[in-house]
Amino acid sequence: MSMQLEESPTTGDEVITNYTINFGPQHPAAHGVLRMVMELDGEIIERIDPHVGLLHRGTEKLIENKTYLQALPYFDRLDYCSPLAQEYSYVLAIEKLLNVEVPERAQYLRVLFAELTRICNHMLNIGAHVMDVGAMTPNLWVFELREDCMNFFERASGARMHAAWFRPGGVHQDVPEKLLVDIGEWLDTRLPELFGDAMSLVLDNRIFKQRNVDIAVVSKDDAVAWGFSGPMIRAAGIPWDLRKSQPYDVYERMEFDIPVGTNSDCYDRFVVRVKEVYESAKIIKQCLRDMPSGPVASDDRKVAPPKRAEMKQSMEALIHHFKLYTEGFHVPAGEVYVATESPKGEFGVYLVSDGSNKPYRCKIRPTAFSHLQAMDFMSRGHMLPDATAILGAIDVVFGECDR
Amino acid sequence: MATLHSAPRFTLIDGLKGTLSTALGDHLVDAHEEHGELLLHVKRDSIEEVLRILRDDHAYQQLMEIAGADYPSRVERFEIVYMLLSLTTNSRIMVKCRASEDTPVPTVTTLWPNAGWLEREVFDMYGVLFAGNTDLRRILTDYGFEGHPFRKDFPLTGYTELRYSEDEKRVVYEPVELAQDLRQFDFMSPWEGADYVLPGDEKADTPPIDDPKVTEKPSDTGAGAKTDKHAADKVSAGAPAEKDGGEATDPPEPTEDRAARPKRKGKTTDTAKATETKRKKAPAKRKPVAKKKDD
Repeated sequence: MSMQLEESPTTGDEVITNYTINFGPQHPAAHGVLRMVMELDGEIIERIDPHVGLLHRGTEKLIENKTYLQALPYFDRLDYCSPLAQEYSYVLAIEKLLNVEVPERAQYLRVLFAELTRICNHMLNIGAHVMDVGAMTPNLWVFELREDCMNFFERASGARMHAAWFRPGGVHQDVPEKLLVDIGEWLDTRLPELFGDAMSLVLDNRIFKQRNVDIAVVSKDDAVAWGFSGPMIRAAGIPWDLRKSQPYDVYERMEFDIPVGTNSDCYDRFVVRVKEVYESAKIIKQCLRDMPSGPVASDDRKVAPPKRAEMKQSMEALIHHFKLYTEGFHVPAGEVYVATESPKGEFGVYLVSDGSNKPYRCKIRPTAFSHLQAMDFMSRGHMLPDATAILGAIDVVFGECDR
Repeated sequence: MATLHSAPRFTLIDGLKGTLSTALGDHLVDAHEEHGELLLHVKRDSIEEVLRILRDDHAYQQLMEIAGADYPSRVERFEIVYMLLSLTTNSRIMVKCRASEDTPVPTVTTLWPNAGWLEREVFDMYGVLFAGNTDLRRILTDYGFEGHPFRKDFPLTGYTELRYSEDEKRVVYEPVELAQDLRQFDFMSPWEGADYVLPGDEKADTPPIDDPKVTEKPSDTGAGAKTDKHAADKVSAGAPAEKDGGEATDPPEPTEDRAARPKRKGKTTDTAKATETKRKKAPAKRKPVAKKKDD
């Protein structure tokens, strides 16, 4: 952090000057490349001007130059802590424009892995938040769980992080039976044990509470006006969850609760995430219980490629495969805005198609934009060290914020 | 059309289009439903008033997103789309207006505090001005960036690239240099009416040549009369003989003499015996293939 004293307008014996510091862009508690210009009065934050965009890669412009399928992996690289949740909005937007039916097994698989992603994401955020306010051990423990999730992703898609596994019309490949068994076992044994242990160190910890309770209290009205979503709006006491209110795929068949906060402070946000992990586990168990067998991708050959075995037999299948992986599919002209409940909040995709094989415009609604914008008013009057707690409770990842 | 997809389901309230159309009155340009979503196209100058009506009288409490889009062929090339969400009626609508480079859109920061950054982003990416936004700085692009990158006429690679210069010990900006052009594949099928000449098709219009070039005899080299005259002179040494396939000539002699190697010092011999294992007899002739098998 560089420090720079401002010229005082008056000179006298007891003049306290406000000073401006740069928080970031290379600061471990900034969760990436965030630069915050902070105006401090002593250690009290007077004003924060977050400078974002240091990780801007022009994803939306790149997507305009790729076919629909080629653009999919860009979504993994937005919020790299919850890759599959980002793909979800995009494939649903394409499916909505195409009006293509997704087989039931694929819907269950997508819900299952979206929830696994949520657990994976919350493990990172919970660990990082705890570490930002001074605790070390729980982070190491929950990272073990995150590693487990990564292994599950790898077994399903071949990639630990950037899975690119969801496809318009379903998912890329079916999962091995053993993977589902292992996930079920993991949910019953390892997750509750290790996560329970880690949280028992934190939730009632005096220091943790001192650092988080009553920090950055946001009223319900403010949360709505600032466009909050996800755990941020739920911590404010509004039971708003897109999985419940605007269900997609098979979420409407799932039974789960929406944890809400009462005090709308950093502690509530943290606890909402902790509870969500258990709710996600409930959803995954229901998926494992109810998942039917069957195809995992649409049989519309203009959207989803045929199986490789089929290609060896049928000329038609070979042509479809070739066309899909060179030209790609054409999406009827139109525009949709599709938003799903990503672990961080509402992740939306505004997709404009002009009837060609490339998106005309793909606007990505990041969750972090609204939340980070509120950083200024949330941290006003708090101490400098509280800024890290507030930032941790927002759960911001800059791949997604800056796009 | 029956809904087959499984995208987020929210109820499009019956008669919403009619209700909102009457409520907006003259502000409205067009309203239509598409894919179960309602799109309202309103006049640019009344966007703030429209959104105020929607927020206060029709319970669209949240502004989730402002998206820009560029349609260069239009007179007012930019489209600004506001995504509204109602938490109480569980409904979404999109409201859009159009603008050009020099026609500012009224700001909605007066209605929602989070509109500030969203408008900044549209300004940064498209150069749309928002009248009344007091903090219309760039947000995502670099400090000191010029231009508006998401416009369709802005190249994908941009105009400048930066690197760390070891000489100057700082990051330097340079004009973009591409070793290879960006590949833009054209997927238009010629049967679907491509509006350009396919590669090779331009030859169809060139008149036929009177004296076609042929290379039927060795003396017709195809490289002009001058070369044809010397065609018979240059036959490479290794080329097969022209008549009844006689024996190939010997390879040419080395072009320069090598100096004789100095005599080896010490006791090490350089004979076949020294380099081969003892159990094997030195083969009479050098047969590399057979030798390999023995190993």
